[in-house]
Amino acid sequence: MKIKINISSDILTKPIMAESILETGVLLNISQAHFDRSHGEVVADVERDKFEMICKSLMNKGAKVTKLDTPIRWDEDECVECSACISVCPTKVFSLDDDFSLLVDDAKCIQCGTCVDMCPHNALSLENSK
Amino acid sequence: MVKKSIHEINSKIRDGSVNVVTAEEMVHIVGELGAEGAAKEVDVVTTGTFGAMCSSGVWLNFGHSEPPIKMQKVFLNDVEAYTGVAAVDAFIGATQVSETLGMDYGGAHVIEDLIRGKSVNLHAISHGTDCYPRKVLDTTLTLEDMNQAIMMNPRNAYQKYNAATNGTKRTIHTYMGSLLPSYGNVTYSGAGVLSPLSNDPDYMTIGTGTRIFLGGTQGYITGAGTQHSSGGGFGTLMVQGDLKNMSPDYIRAANFTGYGTSLYIGMGVPIPILNEQMAQATAVTDADITTNILDYGIPSRDRAAVRQVTYEELRSGYVDIDGRDVPTSSMSSFKKSRIIASELKDWISRGDFFVSMPAERLPKDVSAKPMKQTEGIALVSDIMAVSVVTIDKDASVYDAAKTIMETDFNHLPVTGEDGSIVGIVTAWDISMAVSKNKFDLVADIMTRKVITASADERVAVVARRMDQDSVSAMPVINKSRHVIGIITSDDISKLYARRS
Repeated sequence: MKIKINISSDILTKPIMAESILETGVLLNISQAHFDRSHGEVVADVERDKFEMICKSLMNKGAKVTKLDTPIRWDEDECVECSACISVCPTKVFSLDDDFSLLVDDAKCIQCGTCVDMCPHNALSLENSK
Repeated sequence: MVKKSIHEINSKIRDGSVNVVTAEEMVHIVGELGAEGAAKEVDVVTTGTFGAMCSSGVWLNFGHSEPPIKMQKVFLNDVEAYTGVAAVDAFIGATQVSETLGMDYGGAHVIEDLIRGKSVNLHAISHGTDCYPRKVLDTTLTLEDMNQAIMMNPRNAYQKYNAATNGTKRTIHTYMGSLLPSYGNVTYSGAGVLSPLSNDPDYMTIGTGTRIFLGGTQGYITGAGTQHSSGGGFGTLMVQGDLKNMSPDYIRAANFTGYGTSLYIGMGVPIPILNEQMAQATAVTDADITTNILDYGIPSRDRAAVRQVTYEELRSGYVDIDGRDVPTSSMSSFKKSRIIASELKDWISRGDFFVSMPAERLPKDVSAKPMKQTEGIALVSDIMAVSVVTIDKDASVYDAAKTIMETDFNHLPVTGEDGSIVGIVTAWDISMAVSKNKFDLVADIMTRKVITASADERVAVVARRMDQDSVSAMPVINKSRHVIGIITSDDISKLYARRS
C-alpha cells in the first residue's frame, strides 16, 4: 500500500526514516520525495500488514503518516480520452489501450495532483485537495 | 487512369452503391491495391479530428427586446461577447473568460451550456438612442430562444501542429498543457493519419463551400482559415455550422491551467476520390507527417526546434530527446477523431450526406507573417538603472540598513567573494530580522534564491517573471553573474505609461 510521510522543518535534518526502518525491519520503497526549507514529503510503498508497525515508529519520531487510499477520481462523462494525463503522471496510472481508450490504474496513484492541473476537461479530481 | 466526377459519386450515394472508407482504412487499401486500384474501388474517404481549437465562436441573434436596445456591451453568463455589429447580434468567442469566474469559465463553456439546453443570463448595456431607447437589458435565454446561433470559427483544423516541450527548470502551463521541466514530457495535437488537410495537402477537393461534419451536424468550409500557412504545411480552415443542431459529444469546453479556456471541436471532412492522385494522397500515414518539437520554455514567437518528429513517433508514447525516452501526450483525442470519421462514413453510406466540389480552392504556398511592430521592442538594458548599490554578504545588517537609508535603494543585491551575486536583501528583510531580534550578518537574513534578469531580455518577458515570482525588483546580471544594473516594477510601469 502507498503511504505519505510528512516531516516538519524542525526534524527535517534527522534521519528518522532510516531509524524507523532499522528499528522495525520494515522495508519502505520510496517512489517520491520532496524536501525544502519548510517541510519534507515522501511517498512510499509498504506491505499492508507492516503498516501499523512502521507508522507507529515514524509517528514517535515526529513524522505525520497518512494512507494514500483515495486515489484519483476519473469522471468518464467529462473525459474525451485525449491522453493529456499520460505524460505528466509520475507513476504511469494512465495508458491507452489498442483502440485508444483510456485505462486508469488507480492503484498506482500517489495523489500528487499533477494530472488534475493537466486535464483540459476537469475529468480528474482528488478528494483530499482543492 | 481513373476519373470520376462529384456528380457520379453523389449518384452512387443516392442509389446506395457508394463505397466509403475512413482515411485509416484507406492506408491499407492503397497498400493492397495500389493507388489506381484503390481509386477504382473507393469513392469517398472520410477524415476526422477532435481537438482544442481556440479560434472558435458563435454568432448569436437574440431578437429585439421591448422597448428595443442597440447593445453596446453584452455578457453571457458574465462572459463578454462582441456586439459591435447592429443591435442584437453578438459573437461569443471560445477563449473570452468570465468577468467573475476568470479562467474557470469562458466563452467555450457558454457555447457548451447552450448546446446542452441550459439557459444563460444575458446582460446588455447601451447609450440609448431615439430608435433604440433601452439602456440596460437583463434576460435569460436558451439556444431555442435565439433566432440564429451560427458557429463560425476563423481558424480550425490545423493541417498539423508543433509538438511542445519545456527546456526550463520549472513547470510551465500552456495551451499545450502542463510541460514538465528539463524536457520532462512532450505534448502534441492533431489526428495525423485522419487529419483532414493532411489527407488532401494540395487542396484538390477541400476548399470554400466544401460540406463537412461539424460538431455532429452538417457544416461548411467558408474559406482558408486565418494564419493559413500552406507553404509550411500548416493550412487552416474557416468553418461554419448551425449550433442548434450540434451535439455535446463533439463540442466540448476545456480549461488549460494557467492559459484559460478553449473549445474542443469535432470535425470531419469527406474527400471524394476523383482520381488516383487523390487515392494516393489519402493513403498518408502517421509516419509520413512530420512536425517540430518546440521548446515552449522560450518566451518568444521564434522558439527553437528541439528536433523533428513524425506523428508515428509521437503516438508511440515516447520520443527520444538527447538519448532519453520522453513520454508524450496527445491533447487531441484520436479515439474521438476515429468516431467522427466513421460517423461521417455512415452518413454518406446511408445517403444522408452528399459530397461537394469547392467553389474556390484554398490558396497554396502562402505563409502567415509575423506582426509588424512600430514601437520597437523594449529591452531590459533600455530601462534598467545602472547605478546600483550592492552589499557584501559578510557586511552587518546594520550596514545594510544604513546603506538603504543613505542611497534610497530598497533592494540591495548581495555579493560574494568574487563579486558575483549570492542573494538579495530588502528593507523588509531587515525589519523582519530586527523584529525577531535575530540579526548579525547580511548572509543570515538575505534571500538566497534571487530572481534575476539579463540586459538583453525583453521587458515584457521580465515583467511577467516579476509578476509570477511576486518580486518588485530584479538585479540585472551578466554572464559571470556580476550585477550590472537593477530593474524595478516602477521602471516597467513608467515605460508602459509613457506609451499609452
